[in-house]
Amino acid sequence: MHRKDLRAASVVAAFWKGDLKVAHTAADATNPVAGDDPSRRDFIHIAAITAAAGGGVAAIWPFVAQMNPSADTLALASVEYDLTKIEPAQQVVINWRGKPLFIRNRTTEQIAAAVKDDHAAMKDPQTDAERHKEGKPEWLILVGSCTHLGCVPTVGGGDYGGWFCPCHGSVYDTSGRIRKGPAPKNLVVPEYAFLSDTKVKIG
Amino acid sequence: MLRKVTLLAAALLLVGGPALANTTAHEPEPVAFSFEGPFGRFDQAQLQRGYKVYREVCSACHSMNLLAFRNLGDRGGPFYDPKYPNPNDNPVVKALATDIQVPDIDGETGDAITRPATPADHFPSPFPNVIAAKASNGGLAPPDLSLMAKAREGGPEYIASLLQGFGPPAHGVTLAPGQHYNKYFPGGIIGMAPPLSPDKVSFDDGTKSTVRQQADDVAAFLMWAAEPKMEERKEMGFSVLIFLVLFSGLLYASYRRVWRNESH
Amino acid sequence: MSGHSTYEPKNGFSRWLDARLPVGRLVWDSFVDYPTPRNLNYWWTFGGILSLCLGVQILTGVVLAMHYTASAAGAFTSVEHIMRDVNYGWLLRYTHANGASMFFIAVYIHMLRGLYYGSYKAPREVLWILGCVIYGLMMATAFMGYVLPWGQMSFHGAVVITNLLGAFPIVGDAITTLLWGGFAVDEPTLKRFFSLHYLLPFMIAGVVVLHVWALHVVGQNNPTGIDPKSKSDTLPFTPYATVKDGFAMSVFLILFAVFVFFMPNALGHSDNYIPANPLVTPTHIVPEWYFLPFYAILRAVPDKLMGVIAMFGAIVCIFALPWLDTSKVKSMRYRPQAKLYFFIFLVVCVILGFCGAKLPDDQVIPGLVTNITPLGSDLNSFVWLSRISTLYYFAYFLVVTPLLGLMEKPLPTPETISSPVLGGEHKD
Repeated sequence: MHRKDLRAASVVAAFWKGDLKVAHTAADATNPVAGDDPSRRDFIHIAAITAAAGGGVAAIWPFVAQMNPSADTLALASVEYDLTKIEPAQQVVINWRGKPLFIRNRTTEQIAAAVKDDHAAMKDPQTDAERHKEGKPEWLILVGSCTHLGCVPTVGGGDYGGWFCPCHGSVYDTSGRIRKGPAPKNLVVPEYAFLSDTKVKIG
Repeated sequence: MLRKVTLLAAALLLVGGPALANTTAHEPEPVAFSFEGPFGRFDQAQLQRGYKVYREVCSACHSMNLLAFRNLGDRGGPFYDPKYPNPNDNPVVKALATDIQVPDIDGETGDAITRPATPADHFPSPFPNVIAAKASNGGLAPPDLSLMAKAREGGPEYIASLLQGFGPPAHGVTLAPGQHYNKYFPGGIIGMAPPLSPDKVSFDDGTKSTVRQQADDVAAFLMWAAEPKMEERKEMGFSVLIFLVLFSGLLYASYRRVWRNESH
Repeated sequence: MSGHSTYEPKNGFSRWLDARLPVGRLVWDSFVDYPTPRNLNYWWTFGGILSLCLGVQILTGVVLAMHYTASAAGAFTSVEHIMRDVNYGWLLRYTHANGASMFFIAVYIHMLRGLYYGSYKAPREVLWILGCVIYGLMMATAFMGYVLPWGQMSFHGAVVITNLLGAFPIVGDAITTLLWGGFAVDEPTLKRFFSLHYLLPFMIAGVVVLHVWALHVVGQNNPTGIDPKSKSDTLPFTPYATVKDGFAMSVFLILFAVFVFFMPNALGHSDNYIPANPLVTPTHIVPEWYFLPFYAILRAVPDKLMGVIAMFGAIVCIFALPWLDTSKVKSMRYRPQAKLYFFIFLVVCVILGFCGAKLPDDQVIPGLVTNITPLGSDLNSFVWLSRISTLYYFAYFLVVTPLLGLMEKPLPTPETISSPVLGGEHKD
């Protein structure tokens, strides 16, 4: 009943699509609904769906990225400290990334005691040299969070004169290594660098 | 008939259009800012001069709480350096920060002290609180400038005009002590004294420091302060629109292909 | 519109699921094989566009809520934190704010389509009512959402609108105090608005499900207003309607992107970048553009309580439309007189919106003072323009629509959907 219209329409459609060279035979036109399945995987449909998928992924990215730390959080990710304020045998505690940070100026005796025990039996074996920067053994910088359950150890307590955690009795030596008690690992040494002899940047 | 109705609507809209909000103030003078239009970008040299005007003139009375020193080194900002993608490491930013004292609490005694700022600190306020701000300024607290370019009709052009628009009061207007007349300010009577004068701020790049130059530069700086992501926004917009136009074309072709045998 | 399902699960998993929870069948029957009139024009794509808008708003909203602080002291700063510090925060905020405007642009077009083609008429009355419920929920959500940034316009707009409810006699003050949680709009108001603003969109989603269900029971209307009579009148929803809706959504997104990326503050008000100050009222309190026509109607009536009743009455008229319209013919394609009144109604709505943004006593034609001042206002003022327009608004629903159905002589309607489509008849 409408073959002429349908044939004309399909030719027009083909023109717009730019593929008039593809033979649109009368057979195509006389098979309106049943024979010519429009959901066949034509290239244009694949292209459109691929573009949609690509656009979708690009659109989703900001929703994921917004959960990453924001610029003001990142600004506080590093902190610079002037070491001239710390006397030998003194420790300073500062707030770094929401956690306490110990900066301790060790005396030669404390350094010697730590080095002596480098190969003693301990849960998390490490030499003292691995825990400070080369040439600067007096500066020990540690995250002040007990590796057991996160309490803040007190300085100078315990058998080794290092740190003592009052919560469950963990004892750290003058290098911050776990010697007694339930903590599994040594006090964490964060990433830091000396900007000069008296200035350190942590994080 | 339909055409007559549409023409009537258009005529009504045309008539109502010029009748703007209830203000007898002058319209701001147009300024050709570099950041206007879909391809506009900030002029970094202008932003640097604008920051100097803010720091040396405006910050005496106006806070800018939402800006941190590190923002000065952000992409699109006055002191951005591609060598320092993290603005907290930018040495110019660090130097500008340490120039300024910010309030803090002493870590040992708990006393209120001031110390040099770090890039993470926000611009300090000239007054400790709103009451002090009002008391020092005849009962009117000078508003925070962080969003001023977006918080006023006319935006940066209004700000630039305002800063140059001080003059003798219009006919019939009397000023109380502490009041000033500005033809661009709605109502005309403003509490701020004319802040700019020729050569008040010397520009490091040698630009002649006329009042007009200072006003345009600080207005551009305030626009950046209000909308620091503008360049990123326009860049992304360009890509998104190109994608959407092409995508719409693909979908249209797909649509025509699907419907090619069906009349509708 | 229901026949039995043609769904045939193709693999083992599909058959297993179909026997337990036939979601695959539901999707197939509702969105793949669903018979759709073949003559739907582009005005019918706005349903899909609205679903896209709802999805975008919920997605951006949930993510913004991760960074927003709902307190009077922290709200404004938290929004600026989102704009400046949160990764892509500016994009999320501008998308959400402009998304609300886009949502209303789409819903007004969708509703006007319903008006023009008689989509509210039997058997689609419940579909229409559900749509009006969605519209009402949208307005409540948008109003509360605008308060959240706690700018000058947020705060004072909330003050004006909540004070309206105080107009009701006897219970008015008790209602406003309950709503405020205090003696004025303040911290408690903000907190409950945040909670409800988060909740309502999910209620909207629920009513949308009912709306689509109601639609699928009676089937789509179409530009002729004549129901499909045979299989040749319809086509399966996928791929025919799917791809057309997809194309329309993409074009809609172009408009959306132009606003978000190049004119993000064009539809807003600069006063909302000033932190809220209860002691300083903005010179010109204006709601968001999509509320302006109702705001104009509110201010057109000189009495406070009657103004509130008129404003709510304007919305009730939309709800009541299926029972106000007496016409036997659905589509205004075949009702030339109704078409004329409809276009005047459209112009009147735009005029009302315009008036809502102006000060009532400002001159419409600048410079002209008529010195005729009924009810205390010069005739050449926006309040009088609002009054005339409000009169037409109510007359359109309460006088024109009922009478016209009885009095006009419609054009001959086609036999079937397919006859005008394949016969090349003049379209609207």
